[in-house]
Amino acid sequence: MNVIYMDNNATTRVAPEVLEAMLPYFSEYYGNPSSMHSFGGDVAAKIKEARENVATLIGAVPDEIVFTSCGTESDSTAIRAAIESYPDKRHIITTRVEHPAIKNLYENLSKKGYRVTFVPVDSYGCLDLDYLYQNLSDDTAIVSIMWANNETGVIFPIAEISQEIKSRDIVFHTDAVQAIGKIPIDVDKTGVDMLSLSGHKFHAPKGIGALYIRKGTKFAPFMVGGHQERGRRGGTENTAAIIGLGKAAQLAKKHLDENGYERIKGLRDKLEINLLENVQNTIVNGDRDNRLPNTTSIAFEYVEGEAILLMMNEHGICASSGSACTSGSLEPSHVLRAMGVPFTAAHGSIRFSLSRYNTEEEVDFVVEKLPPIIENLRALSPFWKKAMGT
Amino acid sequence: MWEYTDKVKEHFLNPRNVGTIEDADGVGEVGSLACGDALTFYFKLDDNGKIKDAKFQTFGCASAIASSSALTEMVRGLTLEEAAKITNEDIANYLGGLPKEKMHCSVMGRDALEKAISCYRGEAEKKVEGEIVCECFGITDLEIERVVRENHLKTIEDVTDYVKAGGGCGNCHDRIQEIIDSILGTERPAKKQAVQLTNLQKIKLIEESIEREINPMLQKDAGKLELIDVDGNRVLVRLGGTCAACTKSHVTLKHYVEAKLKELVTPELVVEEVQ
Repeated sequence: MNVIYMDNNATTRVAPEVLEAMLPYFSEYYGNPSSMHSFGGDVAAKIKEARENVATLIGAVPDEIVFTSCGTESDSTAIRAAIESYPDKRHIITTRVEHPAIKNLYENLSKKGYRVTFVPVDSYGCLDLDYLYQNLSDDTAIVSIMWANNETGVIFPIAEISQEIKSRDIVFHTDAVQAIGKIPIDVDKTGVDMLSLSGHKFHAPKGIGALYIRKGTKFAPFMVGGHQERGRRGGTENTAAIIGLGKAAQLAKKHLDENGYERIKGLRDKLEINLLENVQNTIVNGDRDNRLPNTTSIAFEYVEGEAILLMMNEHGICASSGSACTSGSLEPSHVLRAMGVPFTAAHGSIRFSLSRYNTEEEVDFVVEKLPPIIENLRALSPFWKKAMGT
Repeated sequence: MWEYTDKVKEHFLNPRNVGTIEDADGVGEVGSLACGDALTFYFKLDDNGKIKDAKFQTFGCASAIASSSALTEMVRGLTLEEAAKITNEDIANYLGGLPKEKMHCSVMGRDALEKAISCYRGEAEKKVEGEIVCECFGITDLEIERVVRENHLKTIEDVTDYVKAGGGCGNCHDRIQEIIDSILGTERPAKKQAVQLTNLQKIKLIEESIEREINPMLQKDAGKLELIDVDGNRVLVRLGGTCAACTKSHVTLKHYVEAKLKELVTPELVVEEVQ
C-alpha cells in the first residue's frame, strides 16, 4: 500500500540529497573534528560549512549557531540559560499553546518557585498581546513564544513582540521548530535573542537541532563538557547529522527563495476547501489568514479523532489528531482547549501537514477517501442524528 | 500508536450490530461528548426471556467501538441473569485484551449493559450514588471502589485507566489513593504483631517512612513534608511545596500522612502541623 504522508509537523522524510551528504561521514570520514590531524580537521571544515548554511537560512552569523540534539534540548538550553544568567529574576513568560518542550519545562519551573505567566489566545489561536505586555516586569527573566503553532499552524507576530521587549533587559526566545523551512525567517530583522530549531521537521534526520544565540546575549551552557561549540554545548559533535542539517538548511533556503511554499499552500488549500465542501459540520481550527502554508487543523464534529486516523490508516493516509485518545491523556489537546474549541469539535480534530514531497494526486486521494469515513463514523455516533435533529 | 489486537481492529473496522432498536426492551446510555466517548446500547428479548437482538451506537475511539460491538455479540442468546454477570474484564478478554490505558472502554460497555437491564426491570434511573471524587469526569467513590475491587487495581494510574477518574486536573489523587489504601487495607492479611519501639527507633522509622513512602507520593503534586519533631506520639510536621498553599492539605495530613504513619510505625501516632 502506498503511504500518503501528511504528518510533516510530526516529522519529515530525510531528503535524498541530505542522506547522500551524510553517508560518507559514518564509516569513511569518521574523524573527530577536534583532532589535530587532517583526517579529523576535514570533518571540522564540513561542520563549519553546515554552520554557515544554518546561519544563512535564518539570517544569523555562523558563530551564533550552536548545534544540539533536538528542538527540546534547544528549548531547555535557552530557558535555563536565561534564568541562570538572571538569578535574581523570578518571573518567566510563555503562551498557553506551546509545545510540551516549553510547556512542561515552565510547569516544572513553576513548581520550583518561579512565577509563570501563560499568555492566553483567542478562539482563532491568536495571542493576547495586551496581556503579554501588561505582564512584562523588571522581574521577568525570559519570554518564550513559539513562532508558529504545531497543531493549527497559526503564526505569532514575533517581530512585533520583539520590538516591545527589546527596550527591557529581558531575554526573548522563540521556539521556531515548526516555522523553519516553511516560511522565511530572519533573526536579524526580527530581533529575537534565541531561537530553537529541529532538523527532522525540515528533511534533516532526527536527533539534530540547533539553538541560535544572538551575539551579546547572556548565556550559560546546559551540557557542560569539552570545548565543542565554543564551550556552549559539550559533547562530541554528531558529525553526520550536523552535515545533514547543513544540507537540509541549504535545500530549505532554495525552496523558500523559489517560493516553493506557494505550491504547498495551494495543495493545502485544495485539501481544506474540498473537505469543507464535501463534509458537513466541518470547521477549520485557527486563523486561516495567518498560518503556516503546509498546515490545516480540521474539526469533524461528532466523531472521534483516533477512529478517523485508524480508518485513514487503512488507506495508508498518515495524519494526526488533537483528540484525547491519541495522546494517551484523557483530555483533548491543550492548544484546542486554550482556543475554546468546543468538545464536539476538539475530539474530532485532525491535523494535516504537508511537505514539498506531497502531490496533487495525494490530495485528491484524501479528498476521495475521507468523506465516507466521516459518514461511517457519524452513522455509528449516537450524537450525530440528535445533532441533526432527526 | 496503540497496540490493538487483531480482534479489536476487526471489530472496529467491521462493527457488528450498529444501530438502534425502535421497540427495544432495554436501553442504556453512558458517557458524553465532553468525556470523549459515549455508548447507547439496546436489547430486545424473545418469548423465552433471552436476548435475541442487541444493537449499539458509539462515539469514541477504536477500542470504544470494538468494545461496544463485542458486547452486542456476547449478550445474544443470554438470559438477563446471565448477561448481568458479564464483567468489563470479560469484554476485554473477548477482544483478546485491550491496552491498559483503554480499559475504561470495556468498563463503559459493562455500564451500558447494566443500565439497559435496570431500564428493562423498571428500576428507576439510579441516582448518582456516593460522593463525586473526580470532578473532571464525574466519577463517584462507589464507582472507584467497585473497579478497584473487581480488577484488583493498586495505583491511581490504574484507576485512571479503568474509569478515567484522576485523568484531568489531578486534584482528586489523594482521595483516590485513600480509597485504594482502604480497600487494600481490608484485603490485607492480618497485621503483623505490633512491636514495642524505643523512642530512637520510632523517630528513625517515622523519618524513613516520610522519606520513602510519603514524600515520593506528595512530590507527584510537587508537595513536600518536613519532620520537625516527635513528642511522645505527636508527630510535628511542616508542609512545603504546593502543599503549603493547598486548601486540602489538612485532608492530606489526616487521611494520608497520619494513616500511613499509623500503618507503618505505630497506630498511636497523631500528626500535627506546625507553622
